Amino acid sequence: MTAPTVLIIGARSDIGMALAHHYAAAGHRVQLAARRMAEMEADAADIALRHGTSTSVHDLDILEPGSFAAFLDHLPVLPEVAICVVGLLGDQATAQTDLEAARLTMRSNYEGPALLTGLIANRMEKRGSGTIIGISSVAGERGRASNYIYGSAKAGYTAFLSGLRNRLSKSGVHVMTVLPGFVRTRMTAGMDLPARLTAEPAAVAEAIYRAAAKRRDVIYAKPVWRLVMTVIRAIPEGIFKGIKL
Amino acid sequence: MMLSGWGRFPQQWCALHQPRSEDELRALLVQGPRIARGNGRGYGDCAMQRNATLEMRGFSRMLAFEAETGQLVAEAGVMLADVIATFLPRGWFVPVTPGTKFVTIGGMVASDVHGKNHHRVGTFGRFVDWIDLMGEDGEVRRCSPQENAELFGWTIGGMGLTGVILRVAFRLRRVESAYIRQTTLPARNLDHVMALFEEHQAATYSVAWIDCLNTGSGLGRSALMLGEHARADELPRDRRAAPFAVPKKRARTIPIDLPRAALGRMTVKAFNALYYRNARAAAGEKLVDWDSYFYPLDAILEWNRIYGSRGFMQFQCVLPLASAHAGLGELLRAITASGQSSFLSVLKRMGAEHGPFSFPLEGYTLALDFPFSQEAARLIERLDAITLDHGGRFYLAKDARMSAATLRRSDHRADAFTVLRHDKGMTNFRSSQSERLCL
Repeated sequence: MTAPTVLIIGARSDIGMALAHHYAAAGHRVQLAARRMAEMEADAADIALRHGTSTSVHDLDILEPGSFAAFLDHLPVLPEVAICVVGLLGDQATAQTDLEAARLTMRSNYEGPALLTGLIANRMEKRGSGTIIGISSVAGERGRASNYIYGSAKAGYTAFLSGLRNRLSKSGVHVMTVLPGFVRTRMTAGMDLPARLTAEPAAVAEAIYRAAAKRRDVIYAKPVWRLVMTVIRAIPEGIFKGIKL
Repeated sequence: MMLSGWGRFPQQWCALHQPRSEDELRALLVQGPRIARGNGRGYGDCAMQRNATLEMRGFSRMLAFEAETGQLVAEAGVMLADVIATFLPRGWFVPVTPGTKFVTIGGMVASDVHGKNHHRVGTFGRFVDWIDLMGEDGEVRRCSPQENAELFGWTIGGMGLTGVILRVAFRLRRVESAYIRQTTLPARNLDHVMALFEEHQAATYSVAWIDCLNTGSGLGRSALMLGEHARADELPRDRRAAPFAVPKKRARTIPIDLPRAALGRMTVKAFNALYYRNARAAAGEKLVDWDSYFYPLDAILEWNRIYGSRGFMQFQCVLPLASAHAGLGELLRAITASGQSSFLSVLKRMGAEHGPFSFPLEGYTLALDFPFSQEAARLIERLDAITLDHGGRFYLAKDARMSAATLRRSDHRADAFTVLRHDKGMTNFRSSQSERLCL
């Protein structure tokens, strides 16, 4: 028996690639979805060579919801596990004044991921099995001056996943929310990140893989983040608004 | 950021870039002098450039494999360790390997690395079918013995000075197991070990650990280790079902820089005596797994820290066959006279020279390392002079301090390389080493 197929949406990202390698190494067939799929053929070849599993590449633009149904129709098989890693940090300062920049951040982090995840969920529900894993962000737990446009979109996605999990709890479809915390990727390149709170993409992939097998609901990449976020959420708004974060 | 090679000397501030695509790489080329860097296992300053050091680890994909020919196409930043992890379980091994698996394929080509089988098969470059090279103009050229042949030749062993290596097609070799049949032969002195090397020219692998502290009639006391890939039917019965499985070992890490006294003369002397005794006791044949055989030091991660924070200096020369005996004797006497101790001293018989700028030539190569000090630097200059007197040359992947004059006296090919680099407009591919050596 072959291990179930895994779809990775936003596969070109560092976490996406780490997930692809981790699942392929465990014997899963992997479907890689991203924009400009031609550039991903080399990644697919690498995964297939290293892990001896079959890997397919699929073109997907997260900003084109109209194409989502056809995208799913064209997959060789509806996956057992679908992981959405899509994210765009954007520039907060620009997005505060440039509506189009703000809209792009909102659509990339909320509209696209939520609509596609929802569509996959419906198909999995019909089948009666599956796992949906959404990569959201700790930035969505509380709005901060430094990244609230990105954070608000992630908050929306976190709420969407939570609702979906609630709706599907009796359907055989499991929904897991991942709040990675700081990860050393291209998105955070050049940022000065605290070492104890920062994870490598491969470690995030492993944490996701293990948690999904246990059907966990909400996970952080590093356990210390649960404590950090509990504290951040507990600060009264009157004090929080005065803190530079 | 501050960079250094594996020897941790010299250290230098370099603008480090980590391009992820050909477009990003091309954009970096317009910024002036630059050199590619792999995993930083070159010992000295060969993969450092203040203005722009281009770390190629982001190019880490294996692209194609042909089981009929054993040809693997890999991006330059793929690690040798990954190639072995992927292909050894399927019955393939690299045809030539250096003493560490933590090198990139691009680095192996640029240094044209050699291994314990050089006397039989030559360098890694002999197994390279083609190279995709990005030149000064940002164009990518396929280089092979048929196409851009001159560029192909100078890129192998060219220390990254001909352009940025992007992809390499090279051939793996078939093996039947993950084990090596190792035979250890103790040698009383230099005459003895050289006679043994000549006698065992047919062995696939051969290398000697040489004691650089012994004097007199025991000068050059060594342990010669021969190796053959074990066939499946040569394994113990219980391993034959899974000939590529090796018991898992835990990697150990040197967590801190050791104080300098830790590696003093007495420690090294004791270590060498013990090693020789073990070699004598263990004389004969045993089965060794690939990792322990080829990469004993890799089991101790960050082993370069045993030399303390000031790092260490490597010395590796090769002497032509005709003058090797006299030259090696003089080198060993100079070391014992200096009172400096080399922890790891390796002697190896090399095969024929090949390619326009590769290090090896037919004769004997001696590799040494010394903790960094002014005395060690003086000794190495003395070793340089002895090497020059005997018509030898130096391995650039280990060099951190040679002068441009020494290079030119040891290797008449250096001038031709400099001329080629000027004529073909490659001079902005330059490392701290190439600047020091005026290449």
